[in-house]
Amino acid sequence: MKALWIGAAGLMGLALLPVQAQKSSADAIAEYRKMLEDGNPADLFEAKGEALWKQKRGPKNASLESCDLGKGPGVVKGAFVELPRHFVDTKKVQDLESRLVTCMSTLQGLNADEIAKTPFGRGEQENVTALATYVAAASRGLRFNLPQAHAEERRMYEIGKRVFYFRGGPYDFSCASCHGEDGKRIRLQDLPNLNKNPGDGIGFAAWPAYRVSNGQMWGMQLRLNDCYRQQRFPYPGFGSEATIAVSTYMGVNAKGAESIAPSIKR
Amino acid sequence: MAADPMRIRAQAQGDKAVVRVLMSHEMETGQRKDSAGKTIPAWFIQEVTAAHNGKTVLNAEWGPAVSKNPFLQFTIKGAKAGDKITVNWVDNRGEKRSDEATVT
Repeated sequence: MKALWIGAAGLMGLALLPVQAQKSSADAIAEYRKMLEDGNPADLFEAKGEALWKQKRGPKNASLESCDLGKGPGVVKGAFVELPRHFVDTKKVQDLESRLVTCMSTLQGLNADEIAKTPFGRGEQENVTALATYVAAASRGLRFNLPQAHAEERRMYEIGKRVFYFRGGPYDFSCASCHGEDGKRIRLQDLPNLNKNPGDGIGFAAWPAYRVSNGQMWGMQLRLNDCYRQQRFPYPGFGSEATIAVSTYMGVNAKGAESIAPSIKR
Repeated sequence: MAADPMRIRAQAQGDKAVVRVLMSHEMETGQRKDSAGKTIPAWFIQEVTAAHNGKTVLNAEWGPAVSKNPFLQFTIKGAKAGDKITVNWVDNRGEKRSDEATVT
């Protein structure tokens, strides 16, 4: 990062030369994000995920190359922008991370319950995050188009809407408290309105993402887990119905938005 | 080499090449404490070298001020498409990593 800061100092120097109106905080943040774009450490997780996808692992000593993410066995490109969706073999709507765990369990023989109980950033959960980053990267630039043809997909959307508005916890917060209106922010962090398409590369279309502030790669499951932490709710289980429902709600609302995942965040 | 590979991209631009390197490393400063209160030992890249077609073009001494998963960008005059760029690092534990890329 040292080299980057020296470059950044040069950039700021150039920006101050022309006489102009005070830069808005939104502009300054956008400039900071532009500087961070190059060398996104998410690339490292993407590379790791790709290696894990192809590597023979687990008691069954098999790779994930025949994993069906919704577009057929082994089809990775385009899968991310159609998740969560209903799967015939598990008879339920699954998001990317829970579907990856299904494949790790059925194809590789790894223990799905153990993985679900493992904290984020440790053990197999680290691998799930890397795999999710790889799968998301393969759909970079594509637009969200979650299916709603199956009755279960529509049911999860409706459940997701209710979860989104459900107020609870000691602050009586719901997702909607922060993400229910246009133009809101917390300190310097803009909050997208997740009741509709918030725009290309925003909200649902920006995760998985690398968070510079803590140097961690976050998938949507961890993003939601942390939202609940901030609302002082109990932690949702990994891949729980509530998280998949709310992901379905956000994903369907984001129809047409361009995915920039894996992106970089403050 | 146990460390994760670096991502190196080298692009020819006129009579120079811009090289961008993303290294995978925890870069622990040695100042942090874990949840039990124990200091997490320092673990960071100390030396970085880059070579162009075998000839050393960059030598860097890093310390704990460089953040996790460091990104390094530099320009090599006279590098052209097809040339080989090698980047090496050595950390304070003596672990090393060497990766190469071709200028596109």
